[in-house]
Amino acid sequence: MVRRPDRVRRAIGCVAQRSGVDLEATGHENLALQGRLYGIGGRALKSRVGGLLERFGLGEAADRITKTYSGGMRRKLDVALGLVHRPEVLFLDEPTTGLDPEARADMWNEITRLSSEEGITVLLTTHYLEEADRLARRLAIVDSGRVVAAGTPDELKAELRGDAIHVELGTPEPHALVRDALDRLQGVHEVVLEGRLVRARVDSGATAVPAVLGALESRGLAVAAVTIARPSLDDVYLRYAGRAFSQADVAHETGGPR
Amino acid sequence: MTTAVAHSWYMTVRHLRFLSRQPWLISISLVQPVVWLLLFGQLFKRIVEIPGFASGSYITFLTPGVVVMTAMFSGGWAGMGVISDLDRGVTDRFLVSPIRRGALTSGMLAYQALVSIGQSLIIVALGLVAGARFSNGAAGVAVLVVAAMLVNLAFASLSIALSLVIRKEESVIAAVQFVALPLTFLGAGFMTEGLMPSWIRAVAHYNPVNWAVEAGRGALEPSPHWGFVLARGGWLLALATACGLLATIAFRSYQRSV
Repeated sequence: MVRRPDRVRRAIGCVAQRSGVDLEATGHENLALQGRLYGIGGRALKSRVGGLLERFGLGEAADRITKTYSGGMRRKLDVALGLVHRPEVLFLDEPTTGLDPEARADMWNEITRLSSEEGITVLLTTHYLEEADRLARRLAIVDSGRVVAAGTPDELKAELRGDAIHVELGTPEPHALVRDALDRLQGVHEVVLEGRLVRARVDSGATAVPAVLGALESRGLAVAAVTIARPSLDDVYLRYAGRAFSQADVAHETGGPR
Repeated sequence: MTTAVAHSWYMTVRHLRFLSRQPWLISISLVQPVVWLLLFGQLFKRIVEIPGFASGSYITFLTPGVVVMTAMFSGGWAGMGVISDLDRGVTDRFLVSPIRRGALTSGMLAYQALVSIGQSLIIVALGLVAGARFSNGAAGVAVLVVAAMLVNLAFASLSIALSLVIRKEESVIAAVQFVALPLTFLGAGFMTEGLMPSWIRAVAHYNPVNWAVEAGRGALEPSPHWGFVLARGGWLLALATACGLLATIAFRSYQRSV
């Protein structure tokens, strides 16, 4: 990497957290200059720039000074700038920070498309666990600069011992009776009782629900409602990093077919 | 080599495009020289009647001084563009690309040189309109313009170097004012050498701004001492080159810091 810096530069695309858009130039000029610096010229440059502007929905704004762009448009242009030279690996540093929900959804679709259709390996960092869960094939939780957990989102969630099940009973029942009913069941752990509410962790939510309902009803306990929740990455994050969210970063990676 | 020239040119074009979008910047940059030429020139018109003044027309005497002073200040502001590119992440984006590292500095300097040439020609034209008369025609004016350009490049390089190290507009503005204004008055820009106090005459000998004024004014005299003009020009060239190297070193140190 140190010996062949130029090869590395051509293989990677970088989109920094802070936008690198030249605000005094148009979107088209920004992209064309970036392309020229990578040695693209003539027709190839024209079609590449035009193609990127269209794909990111910036076609109409192409000849406007980027100062007049919205935050979402600038962010899209940032990603487009990182893609001009068709890199193999794209680094995205918090690509959706500060975007409105619509712009964020657009960005997610584009990132998914890049890694699935174009086969680009995308490495992105984010504070939004929902984003990581949605986009990442593999993810790593980084706490104070160290990787504290890594794996696919499902693997990480599975380590939390399955799903959470919440049962709301029809009437407050003697807790001993409820506990007695549930303790005999296979795959039900960490039963917690609070008034009419029963919380437990189960290996698999789908198979546990009938068993739990059956066990409760066989003892004449009326059930008002049942919900199962898959563990979220927030749970995973809190388990590994376990402190205020804003103090740490999450990094994750979506892999293309390579 | 050709890549380096091409990359520098892309940067120059980028800056020129910026200027073309802010034509009022050109007008503002001409306010000062116009005030010096027309108001100061009129106010001190009769200064040439002092025995020992080396010229018969003050506007003829003053124009080269104003040309050089304007070139110096204009170069001094070069760092503003550098700081805004640093702040906006544009420089870092370029540094991720395979751009020739020197192109960022040399492209800016080439832009400065072109602007300086344009400015000098406009001021010479204004001087002629105000009644200045020069000998040696285009050749004389060309020497003045080149001398002013070398001062411009030296100051632009220092301003760029300072901006890369300090990265704060206010500090660079203060530094430019602190250096440029005294240098303007420690020389023959507004007053003939023979009437200067001896200590200023001594200092002026080492003042590069004064070298450019003397070279330019010398070339516009009826029978120029070309040897003297050339010697002054040589010193200016050496200074501009040294300052250019300093800017390059400052840029390298910035690169190491990111």
